[in-house]
Amino acid sequence: MPEAGHHAELTRRRMLQGAGVALTAAVGTAVLGLAGPTGTPAAAAGPGGNDTFDEVYRDRRIQGRPVASGHHHHGGADYTVLVDGEELHVMRNADGTWISVVNHYQPHQTPLALARAAVVELQGATLVPIA
Amino acid sequence: MAVRKNQATLTAKEKRDFVDAVLQLKKLGRYDAYVSTHNRFIVSDTDNGERTGHRSPSFLPWHRRFLLQFEQDLQSVNPSVTLPYWDWTADRTATAGLWAEDLLGGNGRSGDNRVTTGPFAGTGGQWTITVRPDSRDYLRRSLGTGVAQLPTRAEVESVLAVQTYDAAPWNSSSAGFRNQLEGWRGVNLHNRVHVWVGGLMGTGMSPNDPVFWLHHCFIDKLWAEWQRRHPQQGYLPTTATTNVIALNTTMKPWNDTTPADMLDHTRHYTYDSAF
Repeated sequence: MPEAGHHAELTRRRMLQGAGVALTAAVGTAVLGLAGPTGTPAAAAGPGGNDTFDEVYRDRRIQGRPVASGHHHHGGADYTVLVDGEELHVMRNADGTWISVVNHYQPHQTPLALARAAVVELQGATLVPIA
Repeated sequence: MAVRKNQATLTAKEKRDFVDAVLQLKKLGRYDAYVSTHNRFIVSDTDNGERTGHRSPSFLPWHRRFLLQFEQDLQSVNPSVTLPYWDWTADRTATAGLWAEDLLGGNGRSGDNRVTTGPFAGTGGQWTITVRPDSRDYLRRSLGTGVAQLPTRAEVESVLAVQTYDAAPWNSSSAGFRNQLEGWRGVNLHNRVHVWVGGLMGTGMSPNDPVFWLHHCFIDKLWAEWQRRHPQQGYLPTTATTNVIALNTTMKPWNDTTPADMLDHTRHYTYDSAF
């Protein structure tokens, strides 16, 4: 029964997200935690490595999305985070947590949490394009 | 033999000589290369790929070599200068002498975290941040904001007690002394100090803050202390390992130095005391 299987998969994903676990396996194409540019993010831990987000946080537009492997990326991250359209260098740790160039010694559970932390750190400054 | 000293014990002249040599390297345009090199490695060192400067066994010998090069550069300006170290288990508040006007200057001001006191204040015009992640060109700190407490002596002791240098998979998920000292696992020593200082010290361009050298000098001293306490233990891995610097593998960017070359710091300098 495909319907039931799909539902069970979504439930499992939501459960994992609620536990703050960054997902590593690509399951289906459903995108959870998606919020519009002015949307309020879900109360759960937020997007993991396979999810997309797009929101305004403290007046900054933050976006995150997976990118196809093979795309040129420093550190080989298969995920892109943008702050007001400028790329924030991010990296995934072996345990599924994330760091960025402005928070390189402090892992965050999800790319969304990492992007928000970057906004706080930037205090309105603009990112310099990745060399 | 050059002696690296606790910053808290430096004379006024030693502090002045160190600060002046750092400012001179900045003025000569040589300082920023260290910032660039560090950032280049930190963004390319990955847990599942090639890793040399961070999140890998060579974190300690790589930084020992990096500090040696910087120290030699300082000594080309003033031969009497050596790197001081910051024992953050002892000098653990924003009012410590380390942050006074005659050494590193103080905390960043509220609002924009700009450092406004000491030789490296953006307002002084001698310390413009050029290699940077964002548009701000001034030194920033936010002491004790990202994390409230620096590691304690007891926490350091617990990490020094770890017998094994490092372990597979030789990255940020490893058990062993190196990763607990680096801070990706366990009580978190080195990483936590970067976060405690905040500002540019929390970024991949952390050598923009001169406290970077004093922090890493203490990390280097703790490696020496671990060696002293565990004479039967040694650097691992000793055999060729994919993406990882083994004992006799040369390290980028120098390509002429192996971890084995870096094990005995007394060939280059000694420390004023044991931990």
